[in-house]
Amino acid sequence: MKDLSLHIMDIIQNSIVAGADKINISLRVEGTPQMLVLEILDNGKGMDEEFIRKVTDPFKTSRTTRNVGLGIPLLEQSAKMAGGELDIKSEPGKGTTLKARFNINHIDRIPLGDIPETIKMLIMANPNISWTIHLSSPNDDFELDTDELKHHLDGVSITNNNVLEWIQNTIFDGIKLVYGGVLDEVN
Amino acid sequence: MKSIEELKAIRDKTLKEMSIRDNEDKVRIVVGMATCGIAAGAKPVMSAFIDELNKRNINNVSVSMTGCIGICRLEPVAEVFDSSGEKTTYVKLDAEKARRIVAEHIVNQKVVTEFTVGAAER
Repeated sequence: MKDLSLHIMDIIQNSIVAGADKINISLRVEGTPQMLVLEILDNGKGMDEEFIRKVTDPFKTSRTTRNVGLGIPLLEQSAKMAGGELDIKSEPGKGTTLKARFNINHIDRIPLGDIPETIKMLIMANPNISWTIHLSSPNDDFELDTDELKHHLDGVSITNNNVLEWIQNTIFDGIKLVYGGVLDEVN
Repeated sequence: MKSIEELKAIRDKTLKEMSIRDNEDKVRIVVGMATCGIAAGAKPVMSAFIDELNKRNINNVSVSMTGCIGICRLEPVAEVFDSSGEKTTYVKLDAEKARRIVAEHIVNQKVVTEFTVGAAER
């Protein structure tokens, strides 16, 4: 995967397949040395301990069409390449929390990519899921909650083109506000 | 948040226009968005579908994503479900091909045979 936005797009498919209707995406900058932390929290069906242990193995998947799954191993590789790691916590029936950490200043850290577009697409394709997006850094913080937006929209679909465009622009502004000058890669 | 006001303006404008377009038949475009699809470039394809539909002001077509369809070697893959339920599977897509599918299949209702799975597997 070329950038973090593609990993997010990919990993979230696991949450969706696990039947989640609440997904929280958090991206924060913290600590010294500064780490970029991606955390995806869902309320899907969860995994037992044995499955978590096997999940970073490319030959493990819950899919039935084929018996290989590369999403999580690829994310783990991207994190390790940048001096970070991948951590998964889950319990059957209680959802899953996945955390990937990257050393921001590591030369091999993948760029953020087009996160606003990724999130727009995820919301567009899964309008019934309650999404919360949380961005933070020592500079600032940003939050977007689709339940709150739906409340303001008052019956107008969240998949309306203009609404989606608003969401994309708002997240774009959020990224500029929170990471501007830190990650140095927002165009 | 200041821009919530903008969102409300969008809502009010949309509510006014809604009655005109809500009774049309729905066409669905489904893009394969599993690891294989994303690695092969499914995101720019989906983005091109959305952009082209918006540009042409087409509102009765939904774009969504699905997992692995099982033909990873032919990714990026998208399926178009017509209002009659007829399915066309397009393979080895890129942004340019996605735009042509909107123009020819969605607008002119003519399947772009050269991009279909049938043509690729011949």
